[in-house]
Amino acid sequence: MRKPLRPLIVGAGPAGIRAAEALADAGIRPILVDEASLGGGQIYRQRLVPDERTPQDLYGSEARKATALHATLSRLADRIDYLPQALVWNIRRDVADVAVGGRTRPIRFSHLILATGATDRVLPLPGWTMPGVFTLGGAQISLKSQGCSIGERAVFLGSGPLLYLVAWQYMKAGARIAAVLDTAPLAAKFHLLRGLPLQPGIVLRGFRYAAELMARGVQVRFGVEPVRIEGGSRVTGLVWRERGRERHVACDAVGYGLALRSETQLADLAGCRFVFDERDRAWRPDHDKAGRSGTPGIYLAGDGARIAGADAAELAGERAALALLEDAGFPVDGAHVDRLERRLAAIHRFRTILERAFPFPRDWADRLADNVVLCRCEEVSVGQVRAAAQDLGVTELNRLKALTRVGMGRCQGRMCGSAAAEILASASGGSPEAVGRLRAQAPIKPLPLDIVSEGEAA
Amino acid sequence: MSPLLAKDVAIIGGGLVGSSAALALRRMGMSVVLLDKGFCGAQASGVNYGGVRRQGRPPEQIPLSQRAHTIWPRLKEIIGIDGEFLRSGHLKLARTEADMASLEAYAARVAALGLGLELMGHNTLRERFPWIADDVVGASLCPGDGHANPRLVSAAFAHAARKAGAQVLEHTPVTHVEKTADHFRLLAGAETEIKARFVINSAGAWAGTFAERFGEPVPLSRIYPSMIVTEPLAPVMSVNIGAEGGGIYARQVERGNCIVGGVRGEPLDDPDFSRPTGSGAIAIMNRAAALFPPLRNACAIRFWSGTEGEMADRNPVIGFSRTTPGLLHAFGFSGAGFQIAPGVGEVLAELVRDGDSSTPLQAFSIDRFARTNQGSGAGVVTEPPKRETSA
Repeated sequence: MRKPLRPLIVGAGPAGIRAAEALADAGIRPILVDEASLGGGQIYRQRLVPDERTPQDLYGSEARKATALHATLSRLADRIDYLPQALVWNIRRDVADVAVGGRTRPIRFSHLILATGATDRVLPLPGWTMPGVFTLGGAQISLKSQGCSIGERAVFLGSGPLLYLVAWQYMKAGARIAAVLDTAPLAAKFHLLRGLPLQPGIVLRGFRYAAELMARGVQVRFGVEPVRIEGGSRVTGLVWRERGRERHVACDAVGYGLALRSETQLADLAGCRFVFDERDRAWRPDHDKAGRSGTPGIYLAGDGARIAGADAAELAGERAALALLEDAGFPVDGAHVDRLERRLAAIHRFRTILERAFPFPRDWADRLADNVVLCRCEEVSVGQVRAAAQDLGVTELNRLKALTRVGMGRCQGRMCGSAAAEILASASGGSPEAVGRLRAQAPIKPLPLDIVSEGEAA
Repeated sequence: MSPLLAKDVAIIGGGLVGSSAALALRRMGMSVVLLDKGFCGAQASGVNYGGVRRQGRPPEQIPLSQRAHTIWPRLKEIIGIDGEFLRSGHLKLARTEADMASLEAYAARVAALGLGLELMGHNTLRERFPWIADDVVGASLCPGDGHANPRLVSAAFAHAARKAGAQVLEHTPVTHVEKTADHFRLLAGAETEIKARFVINSAGAWAGTFAERFGEPVPLSRIYPSMIVTEPLAPVMSVNIGAEGGGIYARQVERGNCIVGGVRGEPLDDPDFSRPTGSGAIAIMNRAAALFPPLRNACAIRFWSGTEGEMADRNPVIGFSRTTPGLLHAFGFSGAGFQIAPGVGEVLAELVRDGDSSTPLQAFSIDRFARTNQGSGAGVVTEPPKRETSA
């Protein structure tokens, strides 16, 4: 008799839920662990408290997908073990340490699907640690989950499709938007025309967001170089440079971000091999097109594996679960697998075009003054990183951490790691690939000292 | 085989011992190459707990420890940074009457050695250190001890050695070492050949193979001390804490983070690397919450562990080889090397220059194992000994 499978899925977003569904449909009972209190991930995050908003209000064009995903999770209720508000803080071989409500226990798994999602990639700028400054994703969560606007008069800044989506969602919710500031030149957007045949719906929707913002009189600027966020106890304005001229806008909140970065700590602790992804401009866990990592029994899906968005995450979650089933000797529908892989490949082709339309501002790090705070947990400045590169010859990120404390604080480099890599790369004459990546250490998020242990942790 | 380096001294291992020896030798005018298989100070020297303590060491280590004691307050002048050294005092707690008796016995044993230990009972302890749990029986305070930041100190010694003219070759593992008629010949990294009059084996947990190569097998095993650090907290822990019988040691750095150790991690598949165990980390977190009530609601933000060499008798090997003239050993600090390492560096430099040192080293001789005929034991993981190891 075959040993019963006990797969563990980390993350109940689009990838995690679709993976759970595929496994449950094959008669396997997976454990689905998620940090949030309700499923859906960041993209389809649910309200904490019911209010009068409809799914259409909350998710716009994606309402149908969001509702379907939430419904799937509800339907799975008695066929999976779902642990919400639970943090996987460590993985060692075939055991995950899971903290729930002040207690921690080890969960042994036969297979692991990591669907850990992504967070905003941010680079510092003067004033970025002031109250009133949010990431784009944070601004979106505030609106979606709590029905709160980040301010009375917000500026949205950065690069990436989320910039226009969040600004548009704020406008729809009735917020005043002082400006949408795109760091990419307008010309970069012509790349989207090449994406039109691949994903016409997404491209046209993007244009519609921008057009509606402009039609409502929101100033949308391109080729923006952010100079500083102004204010004291709270944001009062933002200064940027555009074609050599400084411009100013009054605002009481800023949402900014530069696309997304994969959450990869658990993949690292699980021993996955990492590769540098030129498109994401980041190190990420390696995997094949089905989501198999190099380590047997460990699978990766969704934005935590490689940034590709929610639609790809749903497909990749299902594909990874089918790979798990194949590897465990279950029959799977080959034609369906091919279909999933073809659709995923199409989305990845489109993502490559999107990255050209919303390019990462490579000169941002170079323009930063030495006194700008880079690592806010440990209060490490941009200048300290440059000094470590210049005076101590540091060329590698973990060495930089050891000598400057960058990435040693509460966030463990999740927020400042990309920025530290960019600044070290530029100061040491290397590249983000050459400076490497911060090694993950447990616990991946803070744990209370008096946590109660139930059973031997990994 | 390209560059041929000719140096007075080749040092294998750029930890705190090797780096401080390199610096001391340069100050004496000798030419030095310092070799490390990775980054200098990235192993035990850089990731240990950071205790700068004399208290608790066996009496035979105290003269060396006292020598190092004079170096710590002068770090700024020697290596350019103070290494976050704080002369906070080291307070060793007794959790039972038996522990208190053994603290008293230790104080009597080292009374003549100048540590200035202050024994205190429960009431005095409560009065002076009200942040320690009420069930602690008593303690012994060594006011001159303290703590420092290993990450910074170890790297800074290597950096200072380089600035003083030592040739520092990182990511350059020594692949071969032999003694010819009048000098040593080493091969290191992809293409470095070195000729040296003296070799210092300060390769830490990796030193056993070099000792064995010269016919001196030693009972050196590996331990993986494991630590946790909290988020920054308001100042509460005014001294570096140890405990008789082991199980916990803790200190608070100036930024406010508390570092707590007292358990062992485990080796990864490649035993050069280790990781804290989840249950070990939780155990020390819980112990800290119980022993220091103000920390109860704090969060741990990171765990780590390091690879350290431990001798069977827990004393290091320091001094000349008994088989090979010109070869010196300094390794096996057994979880308690951080404080004495800068003193060991000075002693090694003296040995090279004078053939002798003013600090007594008999207890650390490598031939103390000769009669027992034990193998090197490198790579062997032993059961965690009970005694405290807080570097």
